[in-house]
Amino acid sequence: MTSPPANPWQVMMTTVRAVTTETPGVQTYDLTFDDAAVTYSFLPGQFNMLYLPGVGESALSVSSDPGDSTKLRHTVRVVGNVTRAMARLRSGDKLGVRGPFGTAWPVDDVRGKDVIVAAGGLGLAPLRPAIYHFIRHRSDYGRVTVLYGARTPEDLLFANEYDVWCAAGLDVQSTVDIGTHDWHGSIGFVTTLLARLTLDPARTTVFTCGPEVMMRFIAAGAVGRGVSASQVFVSLERNMNCAVGLCGHCQFGPTFVCKDGPVVTFDRVRQLLLVENF
Amino acid sequence: MIGSVPGANLWLPKPALQGLIDRLRELGYEVVGPRVADGAVTLGEITSLAELPAGVQDEQEPGRYRLKVIESGGYFDHVVGPHSLKPFLFPPRTTVLQVLRVRDSWEAHSPEPPRPKRAVIGVRSCDLHALAIQDRVFLGSTHRDPEYAARREGLFLVAVNCGRSAATCFCVSMDTGPAVTGGADLILTELPDGFVVRVGTEAGGSTLAGLGCQECSPTVLAEAELVPKRAAAQQTRRINPATVHDTLMNNLQHPRWDDVAKRCLSCANCTMVCPTCFCSTVNEVTDLTGEQTTRERVWESCFNEEHSWTGSGAVHPTTKSRYRQWLTHKLATWIDQFGSSGCVGCGRCITWCPVGIDLTEEVAAMEGERK
Ligand SMILES: Cc1cc2nc3c(=O)[nH]c(=O)nc-3n(C[C@H](O)[C@H](O)[C@H](O)COP(=O)(O)OP(=O)(O)OC[C@H]3O[C@@H](n4cnc5c(N)ncnc54)[C@H](O)[C@@H]3O)c2cc1C
Ligand code: SF4
Ligand code: SF4
Repeated sequence: MTSPPANPWQVMMTTVRAVTTETPGVQTYDLTFDDAAVTYSFLPGQFNMLYLPGVGESALSVSSDPGDSTKLRHTVRVVGNVTRAMARLRSGDKLGVRGPFGTAWPVDDVRGKDVIVAAGGLGLAPLRPAIYHFIRHRSDYGRVTVLYGARTPEDLLFANEYDVWCAAGLDVQSTVDIGTHDWHGSIGFVTTLLARLTLDPARTTVFTCGPEVMMRFIAAGAVGRGVSASQVFVSLERNMNCAVGLCGHCQFGPTFVCKDGPVVTFDRVRQLLLVENF
Repeated sequence: MIGSVPGANLWLPKPALQGLIDRLRELGYEVVGPRVADGAVTLGEITSLAELPAGVQDEQEPGRYRLKVIESGGYFDHVVGPHSLKPFLFPPRTTVLQVLRVRDSWEAHSPEPPRPKRAVIGVRSCDLHALAIQDRVFLGSTHRDPEYAARREGLFLVAVNCGRSAATCFCVSMDTGPAVTGGADLILTELPDGFVVRVGTEAGGSTLAGLGCQECSPTVLAEAELVPKRAAAQQTRRINPATVHDTLMNNLQHPRWDDVAKRCLSCANCTMVCPTCFCSTVNEVTDLTGEQTTRERVWESCFNEEHSWTGSGAVHPTTKSRYRQWLTHKLATWIDQFGSSGCVGCGRCITWCPVGIDLTEEVAAMEGERK
C-alpha cells in the first residue's frame, strides 16, 4: 500500500484516458497518473478524492481491479456541482487525485468462506474491485454470490460484465424495481434475492453497499438467517472534505467514515442506523 | 542565585511582568495577551502591561456577558472571554492548496505553512486542556495537520491560575481546572503585589533570568495555593463525566432533544467559541482569469445544513438532529474517538448562546429522566 503523503492536501494530477457512459447519468473515467514516479495502489472498497480545479472535490470509490496497477477507474453518478463538471471531461483532460483513503472490504480475512456481495444501484461500483479480487483468487474462496438490484433494467451497472463474472465461477443474480416489456429477469428488491438464497450462516460473509435503507435490510436479513453481525460489512456514505479525519463532516457517532470507514462491520453501526437523522 | 528549573516557584514583583513581555519580544515572539476590545476581554498582541485589563471582571450568565471594573483589581481578575487558543493554531481561514494553470494542465502545491513564534500570556487551565485535546485531533492520527503542527511548534505559554470563576464555569466537574497542572512554560498565580511563577519547562525557566525574580516565602506559596481553590469554590454548574456518555447515547430519542430544538437558533455561535470544536470546510476560490485557484479551509459548524450534505439531502436536516450531533459528539462520542471528553467546562457556549442554552442543564434534564 502507498504510505500516506506527508501533506494530506497535496493533489496528484491525472489524465483522463477514456470516458464510458455506463447507464443514464453514470460515467466511468479511466485515469493515468501524469507523474511516472507515482506508485499508486489501493485496496477494494477504498476511495479517492477527485479534484477539478475551480470546481471542487468529491469522494469517489475506486471501481477498477486492485490487481491491475495500470488502470485507475472511477464510476460516477452526476449529482451536483463537481460530478456535473466531471461529466463534461473528455479524453486528455486533467483531474486531480488524493488518496487512497479509508478502510477496505476485508477480502484477505474472509478466505475460505462463502461471500455474498449485495449491491444496490451505484453501490456496485465500490464492490467491483472486490469482485475482481474474488475472480483473480477464485480458488481461495467458497461460494461467491453477487446479488444486485437497480431501479430499471437500463440502470443495471456493468451489465456487460455479468456473463464474464459467471464464467469465472461467480453466481450473479440481478433484479430491478420496475421492469420493462423486454425484461425477463427478476422484479423486486435485492433483499428478496437474499431471502431466496440458501446459505450456510457459519461460513458466510456479506459485503453490502447501496442506499442506507437497503443495506440495513440486507444486513438485518443476513443476521436474521444466522450470519454474525460482525461478518456483515456495510459501506457508509457521509459528507467529506478532508478524507483524513480532520474536517469533522463525516462523523457517524464515534465513527469517522473517512478513516474508520467507509467499510465497517454492521454490529458497529447497527444501533445508530436505526436513529432517524443521526 | 535562584533556581529556575521546572517545578521551581519564584516570586515576580508586579512591574517585572513587563520585563517578561520584553524578554519574549526580544526572543522573537509575538506576545499575545488579554485586553478589552469590543466590550469583551479578547486575545490580541500586547507590548505593555498597561494593555492588560487591570481590574476588569466579567459577569457571565447564559446568553449574557458584561464587564465591570474593580478598584485596585488584578491583571487577571477576568475569566475566559470569547477567544481561546484555537484561532492561533487552527486559523478561521487558511490556504491548503494553490493551483496554477500551466498550459493544458494544472500545477498544484500545498503551501509551506507559516511558523510564527507566538507567546500567549494569561492562558487558563481549561484552555490548556482544550489545547491538549486539539493536539490529539490534529496531531494524533495517521495524517497530521501540517498547519496546526507548524503553529504549535512556535507556541510559548504563560498560564494563569484563575482566582475567580464565572457563573458559567464548570471545569471542576470536568477535572480540567481551575488550577493549572501542566502544559505551560510558565504558570502565574496573581497576588496583590506580585506573582508566584511556577516554572513549567526549561524554555520557560530560561526566560526568567535577569527579571528580578526572588525566592518565594512559604507564606506566599500558601497564599498562592488558595487562589484557584477560591475559584473552584465558586462553581455551581457541573456535568458528571462518568455518566454523561451513556446518558446521552442511551437517550438519543429523548423528548428533551425536541425541547432544546425549539429554543436553539442553529446559529453556530457555540461551535465558534468552543476551544475544541474543529470542523472545517474547504472552499474553492478562483481568480477572475480562471488561471489560479486557491483552496481555502474555513471554520465550519455542525449547525449548518451544508455540513452534512450528501446527494440525497442533509444527514442532519433539522435543528434537533444538529444539536444532538453537537452535544453527543462533545460529551460522548469524542471519548470513543480520542479517549477524552471534547468539553473542558469553559462555559463559553453557555455565555455566547444568544438564547442562553446551557449544556449542563440539557444533560441534567436527561440524567433526571433516567432515574
Ligand atoms: C466514501 C464515499 C465513496 C463514494 N463513492 C462514490 C462513487 O463511487 N460514485 C459516485 O457517483 N458517488 C460516490 N460517492 C458520493 C459522491 O461523493 C457524491 O455524489 C459527490 O460528492 C457529489 O458531489 P457534487 O459536487 O456533484 O454534488 P453537490 O450536491 O453539489 O455537493 C456539494 C458538496 O457536498 C458534498 N457531498 C455531496 N454529496 C455527497 C455524498 N453523497 N457523499 C459525500 N459528500 C457529498 C461534497 O463535498 C460536495 O462537494 C461516494 C461518497 C463517499 C463518502
Ligand atoms: S462545549 Fe462549551 S463548555 Fe465545553 S469546552 Fe466547548 S465551549 Fe467550553
Ligand atoms: S445552542 Fe445556542 S449558540 Fe449553539 S447553535 Fe443553538 S442557539 Fe446557537
